[in-house]
Amino acid sequence: MSILRAEHITRRLTGEIDVTLVEDASVSIEQGEFVVIRGPSGSGKSSLLYLLGLLDQPTSGRLLLEGEDTSLFNEDQRADRRLRKLGFVFQFHFLLVEFSALENVMMPMRRLGALSASDQRKRAADILSRLDLADHMHKRPSQLSGGQRQRVAIARALANDPRIILADEPTGALDTKSSENVRDILRRLASEEGRSIIAVTHDLHFAEAADRQIEIVDGRIVSGGGAIN
Amino acid sequence: MRLALDIALSHLGGRRRQTLVSLLGVMLGVGFFLAVSALMRGSEADIIKRLVDSAPHITIRDEFRMVAAQPAELAYPSGAVAISSLKPRNEPRGIRQYRRHLASIDALADDVGGLQAAPILIGQAIFSFAGRNEAVTLSGVVPSRMMNVSAVEEDIIDGSLADLDADSNGIIIGLALAKKLSLERGENVTVVSPTGNIRAMKIVALFSTGNVSYDESQTFANLTRVQALLNRPNTANSIIVKLNDASQARDVAADVERTIGYKSVSWQEASKDLLDTLIVRNVIMYTVVGAILLVACFGIYNIISTVVLEKTRDIAILKSMGFHADDIRQIFVIEGAIIGVAGSLLGIAMGAAMTYALGQVEIQPPGSTEAINLPVYWGVDQFLLAASFAIGSAVMAAWLPARKGSRVEPVDILRGAV
Repeated sequence: MSILRAEHITRRLTGEIDVTLVEDASVSIEQGEFVVIRGPSGSGKSSLLYLLGLLDQPTSGRLLLEGEDTSLFNEDQRADRRLRKLGFVFQFHFLLVEFSALENVMMPMRRLGALSASDQRKRAADILSRLDLADHMHKRPSQLSGGQRQRVAIARALANDPRIILADEPTGALDTKSSENVRDILRRLASEEGRSIIAVTHDLHFAEAADRQIEIVDGRIVSGGGAIN
Repeated sequence: MRLALDIALSHLGGRRRQTLVSLLGVMLGVGFFLAVSALMRGSEADIIKRLVDSAPHITIRDEFRMVAAQPAELAYPSGAVAISSLKPRNEPRGIRQYRRHLASIDALADDVGGLQAAPILIGQAIFSFAGRNEAVTLSGVVPSRMMNVSAVEEDIIDGSLADLDADSNGIIIGLALAKKLSLERGENVTVVSPTGNIRAMKIVALFSTGNVSYDESQTFANLTRVQALLNRPNTANSIIVKLNDASQARDVAADVERTIGYKSVSWQEASKDLLDTLIVRNVIMYTVVGAILLVACFGIYNIISTVVLEKTRDIAILKSMGFHADDIRQIFVIEGAIIGVAGSLLGIAMGAAMTYALGQVEIQPPGSTEAINLPVYWGVDQFLLAASFAIGSAVMAAWLPARKGSRVEPVDILRGAV
């Protein structure tokens, strides 16, 4: 069974001029799969990612997360699933600047409240250590380099041990070396830890590391959507 | 809750200057509210205490509130009777059968939780001593009853009210009058009544209220002696009543008036203008001070709105992590509450300091010979009122921007930012 499955989803914005962001898209993501979404600027890559990550609600179609139909979820239910089952990494690190790297990583754990404060701290420190940030965990984002910040953002996405990580241009603001580093980390999370990675990218080098590439043009998936019956 | 508190504190800590300005706004609002309230309510309590303590709670006068019904009206109650050019019967002033009325009033004591009543006959007289004459008010009293209903005994600085019983020819005068006529306790003065009666009376006690004009003009003597001097035997022209619970005065006065017929005036009725003025004064005070707090709340609204605007991206990130709209709203409402609580605590300290300072200021009321400290009110209720109003207003001021923040759609922000 697919861990995440979109069936003919469409996202349309209505207003003075109706805009279709994603049209009739069907995608199937398997566990441990590293998938990238590619396409020209404005083709609807990020919009598709936000739909898959329950940040946005499709106008029509079904989205199944671990077999659960999320199409009729309200805002709080979607927020709850994001907290428990999904992790996000964005182009810009989007860390909370008033908090240290450790505190940023602990943030989703604190919201979930499943672990004690000391366990939260221990787990956050473990994740940061795995990403070679053991010496930087008490630094604030302003004291970290771009690559380090993005690794902290990845650590935060892993905080509640989600099975799916969604990344929107994760290397878009990084130099080559940092980009390779981030790509390798995401690759490892898929191959070694069995997490499903869905990343939007323009970076061909990054895309080559993926198991599968989904091509999207003008909001329509033209290839790589996966098998949908 | 703890997480929301940490985030709220981080927001406020990141905008120290604006937070400080908002805090100062609330602090000044609460501080001035308390100082003005303490002064206003202190003076109000002082005025009412003086009214209640120094004056009788009920005064029964030798007059009627309504004109007595005429015999023709009583004979034909439903008839078309028109009476004009009536001249009331000529009769001497005074409460007739005052002893019987006094007994009726005393009988009410158990029903109203205790009362004391005293008859008084008030008239004018001339004091004559060493070739000097002074017009005075002469009040005939029953010392044993008067002791319980008035503050005369407390104001006596030399002698006592009971000395009037020991010497039926005794008289009590004010210290100011004694000084004016170079008199001392134990000396004799000549008292002349308007009816022409002349009697030498012995000064048995001196009193001082601090009110110069009162101390120069008021004198007390035994009731029977004054009745004889004024040619009004067995007469009193007022009965004064003191209640154990002064707040019942209005109801008891109505009861007494229904029972004995004579006009009974409670201290609330007698001071109605003053009490109404105090209410108006309170309305003005709470309006002005409330406006100060309202302005402070605009400051809180401003800072929370600014933080929401600045932190829109953070809100989007928190929501993408799985924070609910309620969590976001809670963060900003907590920010308002923190400013409200901290500002209130600082304001209470400031208000208490200002109230203490005001309480140290000495003033000399007009007509008084003694300086007094400004009366201030230290009741906990006004501190609670100020703090709860400030905190409530702060939370309300934060609520609107908090609601706006909670409605941020993360996709709109992320799409715009990338």
